[in-house]
Parts: sequence; structure tokens; C-alpha cells
Amino acid sequence: MSSLAETFAGSHRASGRHDGPLLEVDHVVVQFGGVTAVNEACFTADPGTVTGLIGPNGAGKTTCFNVISGLQKPTRGTVRFQGKDVSSTPVHRRSKRGMGRTFQRLEAFGSLSVRDNVKVAADIHRGVLKGFLPGGHGKNIDALLERVGIAAYADERADSIPTGTARLLELARCLAGDPKLLLLDEPSSGLDETETDAFGDLLRDLAAEGRAILMVEHDMDLVMAVCDVIHVLDFGSIIASGDPATIRRDPAVQKAYLGYSDEADADAHTVTDLPAVSDDTMVIPAAREGVGS
Amino acid sequence: MSSFLAFTIFGLVSGAAYAIAASGLVLTYSTTRVFNIAHGALGMLLSFVFWDFSVRQGMPTLLALFLVLFVVAPAIGWFLQRFVARGLGDAPVSVSLVVTVAILVATLGLAQQVWPPEARSVQPFFAGTSYEMFGFFITAHQIITIVLSLVVAVGLYVLLNRTRIGTAMRASVDNPELLKLFGGQPERVAALSWAIGTSLAALAGVLLVSTVGLDYFALLLLVINAFAAAILGRLQNLPLTFVGAMALGLVTSYASGYLPTDGLLNSVRNVVPALFLFAVIVLMPQAQLRIGQVKGIVSAPLPSPFKALSWSGALLLGVALVAGALSEANLLLVGTAATYAIVMLSLVLLTGYGGHVSLAQITFVGVGALAYIKIDSPNLVGLLLAGLVAAGVGALVALPVIRLTGLYLALATLAFAVIMDRMIFQADFAFGFNGSLSAERLSILGYQVDSTAGYVWVMAVFFVLMGLALLVVRAGPLGRMLVALRDSPAACGTLGLDQRWFRVGLFAASAGMAGIAGALYAGLRGTVGAAEFQFFGSFTLLLLAVVFGVTSVTGAALGGVGLMMLPVLQADYPGIAGLFFVVIAVGAILLARDPNGLANQLFRLGRLLDRRFGNRIRERIPVLPVPGGSLGGMREQARAEHDANAAADQSLTTVGLGGGAATTPGPDQGPAENKEPAGV
Repeated sequence: MSSLAETFAGSHRASGRHDGPLLEVDHVVVQFGGVTAVNEACFTADPGTVTGLIGPNGAGKTTCFNVISGLQKPTRGTVRFQGKDVSSTPVHRRSKRGMGRTFQRLEAFGSLSVRDNVKVAADIHRGVLKGFLPGGHGKNIDALLERVGIAAYADERADSIPTGTARLLELARCLAGDPKLLLLDEPSSGLDETETDAFGDLLRDLAAEGRAILMVEHDMDLVMAVCDVIHVLDFGSIIASGDPATIRRDPAVQKAYLGYSDEADADAHTVTDLPAVSDDTMVIPAAREGVGS
Repeated sequence: MSSFLAFTIFGLVSGAAYAIAASGLVLTYSTTRVFNIAHGALGMLLSFVFWDFSVRQGMPTLLALFLVLFVVAPAIGWFLQRFVARGLGDAPVSVSLVVTVAILVATLGLAQQVWPPEARSVQPFFAGTSYEMFGFFITAHQIITIVLSLVVAVGLYVLLNRTRIGTAMRASVDNPELLKLFGGQPERVAALSWAIGTSLAALAGVLLVSTVGLDYFALLLLVINAFAAAILGRLQNLPLTFVGAMALGLVTSYASGYLPTDGLLNSVRNVVPALFLFAVIVLMPQAQLRIGQVKGIVSAPLPSPFKALSWSGALLLGVALVAGALSEANLLLVGTAATYAIVMLSLVLLTGYGGHVSLAQITFVGVGALAYIKIDSPNLVGLLLAGLVAAGVGALVALPVIRLTGLYLALATLAFAVIMDRMIFQADFAFGFNGSLSAERLSILGYQVDSTAGYVWVMAVFFVLMGLALLVVRAGPLGRMLVALRDSPAACGTLGLDQRWFRVGLFAASAGMAGIAGALYAGLRGTVGAAEFQFFGSFTLLLLAVVFGVTSVTGAALGGVGLMMLPVLQADYPGIAGLFFVVIAVGAILLARDPNGLANQLFRLGRLLDRRFGNRIRERIPVLPVPGGSLGGMREQARAEHDANAAADQSLTTVGLGGGAATTPGPDQGPAENKEPAGV
């Protein structure tokens, strides 16, 4: 099926080659030694929608991303992409099938200029051997930088730009590969209010193009504004799912986030101004209790 | 049957000594994340110290042993951690490898300096005492070895699990920052683990020296045994490390007992640990991509095409002018420098751009030379084929470690170099034992280059062409990918790059370049032998590449001259031959964190002068070197190459260790280095 399927991959926006969701995380469990970072997580991401993944520091959000993108093997459970089990597919092949991701801890190519960062992504997308050919993507690259709003930084080295800009750069780098699924790990941290608004619009645009967007985010205003569906993770388990309005009212979410469960006061304490502290990746189990906060 | 038992006992005894060495390696690696390639070398150095105390100065054995194990060794370990290896755990693997290779070379230089080669021997403990068991004799020394390995095992267990400092050690593995927050002192823990680790290396060396002999290189390679054992426990698990050490000891012992004593299989016994290492590495599980931002490396920007071309022309013109005036012997030296310069270009690709370390680059040179001779068609086709053979061998070395990264790849290349050095190159189908082969000079498109001067110029042309090709690649899509892969493997993976094959290709390309250098070298010398491609040469090559700058073509040219000068200087000043190694090593340690090296300082100087004197300088360059007497001419030549290339990459870089220049007064002082282990 694969080769024929690849032929039609370009028309993913319109075609529904399989009936299920684009991405399906099915009872995924990740354990580090004795610590369960992700516990029986189940959620999906669909084309044209923005899905939010929220939760306190150390809840397992980034670990979920690592499992989906293939950087972390799940202890149990499966990840399906376009209906196919990709749990044991190598990282680069998942990307070829249409996954793109950004990183919470920046992974920009520090020694290259911003433009070259995106060029590399475009080259890799074209294939390494074709990389010998001179690139004819100059205009596209600049258009992409323009689109995410970092054109002004095009010639700067990627390790010298501000964090927020570097996050946008990672997004631009992903988009160079035209992914069907975007995994964005705290994309707005480091952006100011105006930039965040523009970023929200960009996300809606990207979703409107038919991409599925899965986003880990601490800025609740942004999450509530752009997400169609939100899943709340706590201690590795999904404790609530639903649209923003539902999540806002959910007592379990209130408790997990604010240590506060009195429903009467819940409306007064809407989940809007949570500290946008970045949580460490779960690679080091000790991080949760130790340095996370 | 009784011989089998005897080999078993012998194997267990060597295994016990390996276990002691390996546990020291595991201890330092797991607490500081620095893999000490000099582990065996330190054991060697301390065995010499033990000899000095006990034999030369005539101290009682026990006192000498006490001083070595509990005073000298811990002091060296503490010093190294404090002043050399500090903070290396967070640096890229390539940096920590270079630094520990520098420690190795410095240790060797020091040993050769203080204890020049002469016949020495160390008696086993309680020599002559042995006990009969099951019909054969076991010596007191053997019993002591096994008992001590058990003591070390129990001692380390108690230290790590039952003491406060041991808990701190284990904690510092997980998260040194966190340890600091809770009042621990990771620096003290690190220094302690290096002290103990060095002490264990010394103990292993002292226990082995009566059987292995007081030899610079035999004990230095102990690190391969220790690593092969330690890798079974993934460099963390001590019990598995002991199992690995015992298995290695037994395999080595049976190999020496049962392998035929003639043919290729005979020499297998010399390389059992290296083969064992390969076998274990192949069985290692897939390494996971590490996430975590690595700061981009500030590397010398690319020169403009005009600059690169004009300085290439100047270099070729300079070589052409100087070559006519040089004696045959000096021409050979210039040709050797060109060979090394091309090999350093292969390191620019692999290490400078790609961030990988090879400890077998000189071995690939040997493969290229051998292939060129065996193919026996001295023309461009033969040259190309020789390069392809070397590239193929390079790919074969990289393939088993395709799933692994950095450290493991580098150590696999070391094992490969030792296998080639001790087994393949000396085989009858290769150079033969202590033998050499004769090679013909290249003919280019039917034109035979007979004169050495002409041939040296042709080599310079090859250097220039390969340097330019490298710059073109670096400026293009592939070069960007290389740098991207070095900066963030994880991001490259999620962007769709299959890095395993990319890495094999990179490694093969680099080996191929070294192979072409080897083929040219064979033609230059006319006869070449295995002795010219010993594994140790790759160490000094790597260090000099880093000292002169492994990110630029200029650095490669300078490094080539420097590496050529090393044996020359060592021959001129035999009294301080070993010190030259120490000087290079210190240079590499100081410069390792800035891989742009001395070339970069030249670029900065050039930029400064340019700004200061502007056009006046431009009028004077290129200064034509004055054809002079033999060595004077050489110097001029070297300087011409310096200057030519310095500007070829004319570029500016910010960083650099602020003090980098302090150690290195200038290009003239640079070539204080070498390649072959002189006097061994």
C-alpha cells in the first residue's frame, strides 16, 4: 500500500485515505525506572483542528511528544499515524510520512543562519542525494520566514536570536517539510503579547490548510483562544478532555492546576493566568520533584 | 585437559587485572561523563613509576606499591580532573575525546622523556613462590591478582552503596546541578572518582607489568581491554563489567593457547581485545537521540571564491618556486607535509564539519597506500580506486556502530586501527612482517611525473583541489546538513534525515580522502612499510589538527607542516624528544574547546592588519619566498604555506579561548610537533 499511498500523499488535505483520525495515541505507557511518566494516555489529532495538551510541569506532555515523534520508545501502547501503527518506525521515517515537531528545549542549528536553518530542512525534505543539486527554493524560504514573522532575522546566526524567535524558527523549519501533523512544544513561550496574538492567527491559518496541530502550551489565553479540543494531563494520565469551555469548568482540572476543587469558586478562578514556567523534559526522573519548579 | 585448566586459570588472572582497570574506567566515566582514553596510558606511566621506586631506587616493594597507589596515582588523577578534564562532561564528545587523547599523548611523552627506552623488567610479587593445585602450579602473584580484584569489587560496592560519598557519586551521575542544590559537592566527587580511577589503572598496570613487560604501548592499549569489558555493562554496571573482563581474559588466554602459531590466525592473538570490543559494540542496543540544545560552534566562515582561488594559486606558485631549490631530502619532507595536510583535510570534513572523531585516520592512509600498490596501476584511475578502497573500508568500520554515536564510533576506530596495525598490515598479503613494498609514481594522463620536485607540486595541486572541493561542499546543501547534524541530531531526525547512512557516508568520504593521501604518499616515498601507519600516528594527527584548526583548510595546511616537523625536531633534539609530545598535548588541551585553532588566530591577525594597513598590505602580498639553503628554504616554504592559506580562509571569528593565543606566540612556534612515536 505504501508506494501507491505515497503517490497520493500530496493531496492529503482533501482526501480521506483512512477513516480514523490522523494521529491516534492509544493507551501509551512510558516508564523511566519506577516512575510512570505517561500512563495509559489516549488521544487523537485530526486534520484542520488545533488540539491542546496541557497540564502541570512534569505531567508527561513532552514525553508524549517524544513518543509520537519517535524519540522515545513507549513501554506499552501504540501510536497510529494515518491509520498505520508507527510505534516502531524510526524518527526520520515518521517525518517523511508527514510529522513535524518543535522542541521545548530549543534544537535550532546554532551555527547556521536562520535562513540556512530552514534551507537545511527543505534540503532534507527533498532528499539527501538531491541535496547535490543546486537549490531552487530561495523564494519559498523567504516566504516561509515572512509567514512566521521572522524575516528580519534571516541572516542572523540561530544561536544569537531571542528564544521566542528561535521557537518560530523551529516552526518555519518544520513547515519547510510541509507536514500533515505539527507537534508544537510550548511554541509561544518567549513571545510577547502582540507576537502571541499573531502566532494564534498563524496557528488557525495552518489548521485551516488542513493540517492537524497538536500543541503543548502553558499560555492559557492562547490555548483557550485557538484550540478546538484540549486534553489535560496530570501525572501522566489524561484527566479531562473537551472543548475549551468544558475544560475551563472541569473540577478535576481546577484541582490539578490550582490545587483547588471547590466548584463554587471555580468560576472566579478561571484557568487563565497559570505561570508559564517551562517544565523539564522527563528524561531525568528526578526532575519532577527536584528542579522542575 | 590440564593445559585447558592452566589456560583457564591464566585467563581468569588476566581477567581479574582487566576488571580492576575496567572498574576504574567505569567509575570515572559514570561520575563525570568523561571517557578517559588515557586510562591505560596512566597505568603505563604509573607502572614506570613503580619500577623507578622499587627497582631503580630500591625501595621495598610494599612501600613502592603504597606510594604509587595511594599517593602518586590519586594525585595525578586529582590534578587531571581539576585542571584538565573539568567541565568536560557537558562538552561535545569530540572535545572530551580530544582532551583525553591529549592526556594519553602527554603521558606517553612524559614516560619516554623520563624513562628513555632501555631494557627494564619488573618481577612478579613473591617471585618464585607458587602453590600446586589440581596438578599444576599457580603463582603467588596470580593469587594476589585475583584476590585484589575481589577486594576492588567489594570495596567499590561498599563505597558506592554504603557510604555517604558513594551516594553523592551516584547522585552526581544523575544530576550534578541537583546534587549541588542539596549541598553536595560534585567537583569534589568528580576529583575523588578520578583519583580512585587512576589508582585502579595503576594497580592493573602494576599487576600486569610482570607478564606484559614494561612497554610504552602494550600497557597503553590496556584501555581497549578495559573498555571492551566496561562496555558490556554499558559503562555503568560494575558487576557486568567484571563479567566482561573475565570473559575477555578467558578468550585472550584460550586464543593464545589454541590458535595456530603460523599464518594470519597467529597474529589474531595480538588483537583479541580489539576484536572482542567490536563484537560487544555490535551487540549494543540502539542509542537514543539526545535532546538538549547544543550551542552552535563558532567556526571559521568560508572564504570568498576569489580569495580561495587566489591563495590557492599563490600556494601552488610558492611550492613551484621553492621546490626547484630544495634538496631531495627536504623535498621528501615537503611531500610528507602535503600528505599530512591532505589527511588533515579529511579531518576537517569529519571532525571540523561533522563533529565526529576518528582515531584511525593514519590507518586509512595505510589502506590507501596498500591499495594503490596492490592495484598497481600508477595513474589517476589507480589513485581513485585506492581512495575508493579506503572509503569502502571506512564504511565497513562505521557500519557496526551505525546505531551508536560519538564515543563508540571513536573507540571502534581505535580498535580497528589496532587490528590493522598488529594484524593486517603485517600479514604476508600486505606489507609483510617488518617488510615494505615499493610503489611507482603516478602518471597523469600519460605524463609520468619523475622528478621529486614535480611530484611534490602535484601533491600540492591535489591538496588545493581537495581543499577547494571541501569548501564547495561546505557552502552547499550537504555542508549545511553536516553542520545541522552536528548541532542537533534530534532535530535532523524529526526533519526526516536518516542520519545513520549519512554518517556512514561521511565516514567513508573522510576515509577515502585519507586513502588518496596514502596513495600519493606511497608514490612519493617509493617504498612504504607498515611502520609508517601505526595507530599512534592518528593520535598526534588529531591533536595537531585541533591545535592548528580543524575547521579550516588553512588549519589543515599548517597542521600538515607541523606534523611533518615533529619527527624532524625530535631527531634534532633527541634529548627532549618526549617533551615535544607533551607540548602538543598541552596545546591541544588548551585549544580543544575552540576547534578553530591557531589558523583562527591567524585570521584574526590578518583581519587586524587588513584594517590597520589596508592597501599597503595588499600590495605586498604575495611575498615570494626567497629560495634558500636546505632548512632555511624549508622554513620559508612553510611560512609561505602558512601565509598563503591563512589568507585563503581569511575570515573572522569571534570567540576563541581568550587566552588561546597566549600559549601560541605565533605560527613559527607552531610546528613543535610530530607524528611517529620517536625512538620506539
